[in-house]
Amino acid sequence: MSEATMLSAADLAGPGPDEHGRFGIFGGRFVPEALIPALDEVEKVYREARNDPEFIRELDHLLRTYAGRPTPITEARRFAEHAGGARILLKREDLNHTGAHKINNVLGQALLTKRLGKTRVIAETGAGQHGVATATAAALLGLECVIYMGAVDCERQALNVARMKLLGAEVVPVHTGSKTLKDAINEAFRDWVTNVDNTHYVFGTVAGPHPFPEIVRDFARIIGVEARRQVLELTGRLPDAVAACVGGGSNAIGIFHAFLDDTDVQLHGYEAAGHGLESGEHALTLTAGSVGVLHGARTYVLQDDEGQTIESHSISAGLDYPGVGPEHAWLKDSGRAVYHGVTDEAAMEAFALLARTEGIIPAIESSHALAGALELGRELGPDATILVNLSGRGDKDMGTAMKYFNL
Amino acid sequence: MTTLQTVFEKARAEKRAALVGYLPAGFPSAEGAIAAATTMVEGGCDVIEIGLPYSDPLMDGPTIQDAVHRALVNGTRIADVLRTVEAVAATGAATLVMTYWNPVDRYGLERFARDLAAAGGAGTITPDLTPEEAGPWLEASAAAGIDTVFLVAPSSTDARIEKVVRCCTGFVYAASLMGVTGARETLSAAAEGLVKRTREHTGLPVCVGLGVSNGAQAAEVAAYADGVIVGSAFIRRLLDAPDEAAGLAAVRELAEELAAGVRA
Repeated sequence: MSEATMLSAADLAGPGPDEHGRFGIFGGRFVPEALIPALDEVEKVYREARNDPEFIRELDHLLRTYAGRPTPITEARRFAEHAGGARILLKREDLNHTGAHKINNVLGQALLTKRLGKTRVIAETGAGQHGVATATAAALLGLECVIYMGAVDCERQALNVARMKLLGAEVVPVHTGSKTLKDAINEAFRDWVTNVDNTHYVFGTVAGPHPFPEIVRDFARIIGVEARRQVLELTGRLPDAVAACVGGGSNAIGIFHAFLDDTDVQLHGYEAAGHGLESGEHALTLTAGSVGVLHGARTYVLQDDEGQTIESHSISAGLDYPGVGPEHAWLKDSGRAVYHGVTDEAAMEAFALLARTEGIIPAIESSHALAGALELGRELGPDATILVNLSGRGDKDMGTAMKYFNL
Repeated sequence: MTTLQTVFEKARAEKRAALVGYLPAGFPSAEGAIAAATTMVEGGCDVIEIGLPYSDPLMDGPTIQDAVHRALVNGTRIADVLRTVEAVAATGAATLVMTYWNPVDRYGLERFARDLAAAGGAGTITPDLTPEEAGPWLEASAAAGIDTVFLVAPSSTDARIEKVVRCCTGFVYAASLMGVTGARETLSAAAEGLVKRTREHTGLPVCVGLGVSNGAQAAEVAAYADGVIVGSAFIRRLLDAPDEAAGLAAVRELAEELAAGVRA
């Protein structure tokens, strides 16, 4: 007899987008015509997969026995003393295999690659977490793997480059443009259009052309589905607010989505404010960007008056991106979610504070959400409960931390 | 009759394919691009595509990326692109703008179509604008009286080709291979089949681009297509030249070689 799955088809299928892949005016497809058949095929195969009990069972099995799901909720009592006494619950995505939430999406897409009959995967990576997760899944399923990573990111995340290589992936440093995540995405698209016959592009965030924002979101939804259940069990009620960091936005969508219909639950996304809005060195796409088209979708973009992409800045490679997933653009405009900026400085303070008060070293990306929660707690008062997505662990950030804190 | 119609009519009367050259505005400099494009026309190009430099050219190979990057570092703006179009169109060549979508989206569709028409531009080629998203642009272009060229690819299904050619006026751009822009040693066999399939859905001229870099390849493509599109090979000549005069001479030589190729 087959065991009951933790995951259900309903957990995967979130509401939206429409048939053209649009969330309101956002999303869609702005890609070379050559890629349209591949996107159509991915969409078709994904729709079949998510309604196939065998696919659900396989993914569920990997999530439980390989990724380590369900991830726990940890109450951060000592950390919460710095947040006006509000109750702070951490969704421990840092405890996933490979150290971040990225594995959820990657396992789903690696299984899809098999169903597509393809033998090679490519991916872009910023902090290296998505690259490591993709290389991991490729090793597990016997797929050839090439990771594109901006040359600047290769340097600041050297440890993850070594991990990917050890896992058998080829890491290609990208030297064009700003040499960061956006350029790695450009290069991955160039590879895809050339090798689409045998290659699936394991897109790493809820951005890009349809159906990527939907697929990546659906595979990330498990974070919120679990967390909602866990918070109810632990506290007997829903949280007052959910906080997550936003680069491309996959961990945030992942934890927000199960709460979309709970209109009393506030949803807060925290973008990287870098050196501050005024400095011009930031990644405040939703907070300070404008509507445009980047990497295949209509969304908010950091761009100049003629539509040229402006280079973003953040101390965290994973948030250093001048675009954002179209569903976030839609959630912002509809008012369902609110987005704020957190500076490098505030994020690094929260990074150190969590380490010292809870014995947990978070990723610098996730530290933006932690910094946001500190502020949110002081605002909402001691009776409030805040659920924070601790999207990844900070091992990869030790080089940056050593430099920043003179350790 | 539009400028593009005249070009293809003339080529057909001469029993040859049209030669289409690509160059981004602002490369090697604002004036240098005008000089190079003018030289391309003098060397035998019937149509010129002026590239609008964009920060994230995800369907271009290293050669065009390099040229576009230099154009942006030079501070090239849309006004410069339009000025380049105006100068090149004044030579009598049909002059189009090839552009990724976001700059047009940001500039304003009506405004871009109007300004391009005013500069004497014949139309646009928009490689990342799909038919599903093209509605407002088709309206703006029709109102301004400029052509809209879209791409079909070897991977396009017949249903997709039908959808794309319905958005096209002027000609259809057939991408010869699955990949990015850039010279190739041998041309893909997929191109001829794609042209044939495209013709089943439209009476418009079909031009083939991606990978063509010399006279022999131009002749090969001219045997089955209405036009041959060359970009990276021109840019390569300019990048490799020790100075501007040598660059222009090399561009002229290549244009003449290609022009002979489409007449072979």
